[in-house]
Amino acid sequence: MSFTTLVLRGLRLTLALWLLTVVVITLPLLGLARVVAPDSATGSLVRRNGVVVGSRLLGQPFAGDRYLQGRPAGNPNLGPANPKLAIRIAGAADTWRRVGITKPAPDLLFVSGSGVDPHISLAAARQQLPRLAATRQLPPERLERLLRQHIDGPGRLRAIEPLVNVLGFNLALDDLSDGAPQRP
Amino acid sequence: MSPWPVAAVPLVLAVLTAPPLGRHLDALISDRPQPAWDRWVGPLEAALMRWVGDAGRPADSAMGYLLPLLVSNGLFGLVALVLLLLQPPWLNPLGFAGLRPDLALHTTVSFLTNTDQQHLVPETSLGNLAQLGVIQFLMFVSAATGLAVGFAVIRGFCGRPLGNLHRDLVRSLTRLLIPGALLVALALLLCGVPMTLAPPQVITTLEGARQTLPVGPIALFEAIKQLGENGGGFVAANGAHPYENPTLLSNLISTWAMLAIPVATIDAFGRCLGNRRQSNLLLVLVLALLLLGGAVAMVAEGAGNPALSTWLDGPNLEGKELRFGAPLTGLWAAVTTGTMTGAVNGSLDAAMPATLVVALFNLFLQVVVGGQGTGVAYLLVFVLLAVFLTGLMVGRTPELLGRKVEKPQVVWASLVLLIHPLFVLIPAALTLAGGTALAATGNPGPHGISEVVYEYASAAANNGSGLAGLGNGSPWWNLSTTVSLLGGRYLPIAALLALADGMRRKPALAPGPGTLRTDTTLFTLVTAMVLLILGALTFFPVLALGPIAEGLATVS
Repeated sequence: MSFTTLVLRGLRLTLALWLLTVVVITLPLLGLARVVAPDSATGSLVRRNGVVVGSRLLGQPFAGDRYLQGRPAGNPNLGPANPKLAIRIAGAADTWRRVGITKPAPDLLFVSGSGVDPHISLAAARQQLPRLAATRQLPPERLERLLRQHIDGPGRLRAIEPLVNVLGFNLALDDLSDGAPQRP
Repeated sequence: MSPWPVAAVPLVLAVLTAPPLGRHLDALISDRPQPAWDRWVGPLEAALMRWVGDAGRPADSAMGYLLPLLVSNGLFGLVALVLLLLQPPWLNPLGFAGLRPDLALHTTVSFLTNTDQQHLVPETSLGNLAQLGVIQFLMFVSAATGLAVGFAVIRGFCGRPLGNLHRDLVRSLTRLLIPGALLVALALLLCGVPMTLAPPQVITTLEGARQTLPVGPIALFEAIKQLGENGGGFVAANGAHPYENPTLLSNLISTWAMLAIPVATIDAFGRCLGNRRQSNLLLVLVLALLLLGGAVAMVAEGAGNPALSTWLDGPNLEGKELRFGAPLTGLWAAVTTGTMTGAVNGSLDAAMPATLVVALFNLFLQVVVGGQGTGVAYLLVFVLLAVFLTGLMVGRTPELLGRKVEKPQVVWASLVLLIHPLFVLIPAALTLAGGTALAATGNPGPHGISEVVYEYASAAANNGSGLAGLGNGSPWWNLSTTVSLLGGRYLPIAALLALADGMRRKPALAPGPGTLRTDTTLFTLVTAMVLLILGALTFFPVLALGPIAEGLATVS
């Protein structure tokens, strides 16, 4: 068999497999996804007053004291023995101490892998409730009840531990306060 | 929830799916009729082969299999390279420009070799046409190429002709990778992974900041990424990003998907040979190594970082997602490096030194279950060398699976073994000698050495994971890892095919009283020793300079 034959066969194979693996199987799945799971397919979007304000699956940065704060985002590639890691952790712990949380939960100090981890631990959330009760002028018990309503996992295998979905909680917090979005 | 029973789920599942999948793979290897498949996809395969113009006759030499493999892979790569260099405006709503030539070359070769090392941030450099038409395309065909090589090598060792490359490529896609990926994609979609051609959404957050939601046709991409041992992310955060891996359930499905085919391929080898005891012993061996590494990583990540005990205690959650937790992220690190997938669900750079030892060990050995199709082939090379060494000890001509092992086979096997350290250690030494100008490490001290060695080990093993703090965007990194990617893929493939073809040409010998049986526990232990001595000792010095030194520093 000549080399030309081999190349011609290769070209025809490439064209056929490209169409098969890129077009033929992707298009029906895109269609099927719209039918069986339109919410997942489009990114689990959260709307408020018809406007997309985020995704249930993705965390958002929260810096103001009117919202529950999520995990810090930053460079997730500092090695465990890197002095910069210890300095960053010490700085973050210090920031929390200044707002009255003397021993912040570890997930408030460690950056996440994705930078958009939607969750924090129950401990990390509860540490922030007194502050939210003060800024939002809501009774702490009401906030605790709200917290329980926004727990993800371990039920339905959504997470390995019970965790709080920060965006979901904050949206509910806004609804609870006055229903309108408030800027810090 | 305790991580241990949860961690067992994907592993047990992979063992349970091995027999049915192995039977299916053996039917493809041995060309047995499969009535349902023949009826539903047979006509499509026949049409494809007619269009290609190949009658499907088995190759009569190693070259007859290797040459079409190289030509077809070259053409797959050419299409990908052109699309990356140009990035036409279709399905590219954010208008990303074509890639720089060295980056386009690295990305093409990386995905073509089933490695998926990424020196770019996909969500800010690739439109959906490139994600589908380059990345998803190469993920399917590179996995099929790996499987085809696995099929050919198994056939050779079972004494049969190597087969027809085009036919193996087509059938591994139509009967395994495509249906498998569609099923996994559907499962991931139901967990929340997006599947849409809509452009990434830019939204205003509750506090008024801008955030881009990188939606896209992710579910199918993710499925073949895991099932085909590819590992390249739709976004840079890879399986740590909630759009790629939204829940604990999707994480377990993804972990199983990495293991399913390599585990089943070993099972298929035993069926093809007609000796399942042989394949079961090999499976026990590689799964024991995987479990050991996985357990070490789970314990290390769960125990946490002693250097930070002033401020916090508990697991090492740095660079990790809470929905998986630290131990399961450690397990993933062991599975992704063992199976040559290279996907990550958390930052490997922030992992504990013990986890890095496990990850590097897996990359060095290449058989801790091993990659798509190539894993079982490398394992057979180690078995052959174990036979050879024991044969030397007792002074007899060694035999493997009823065939004499002679000089050419030992030469090919030794080559396969030597190629890997050659393409890891030499470029790593050159880069480190070049200092910060070349290396651009993201961490000081031993961890920086680990970053450099890991990058080449991952490239040459066709794994693709990385210690992402490394500044690997320079032309030096793109071009030097391209050499390791190509050398680590096609040279072993050529040697493996030559080895397998040499084996199948030898007359089958009936086992006599002096025959060394390879399907015994004793011989499997000898194989384990050969693995550890030949495979791991070569790399021990760099392990000592990197993670072992770092571990000692963290403790003291």
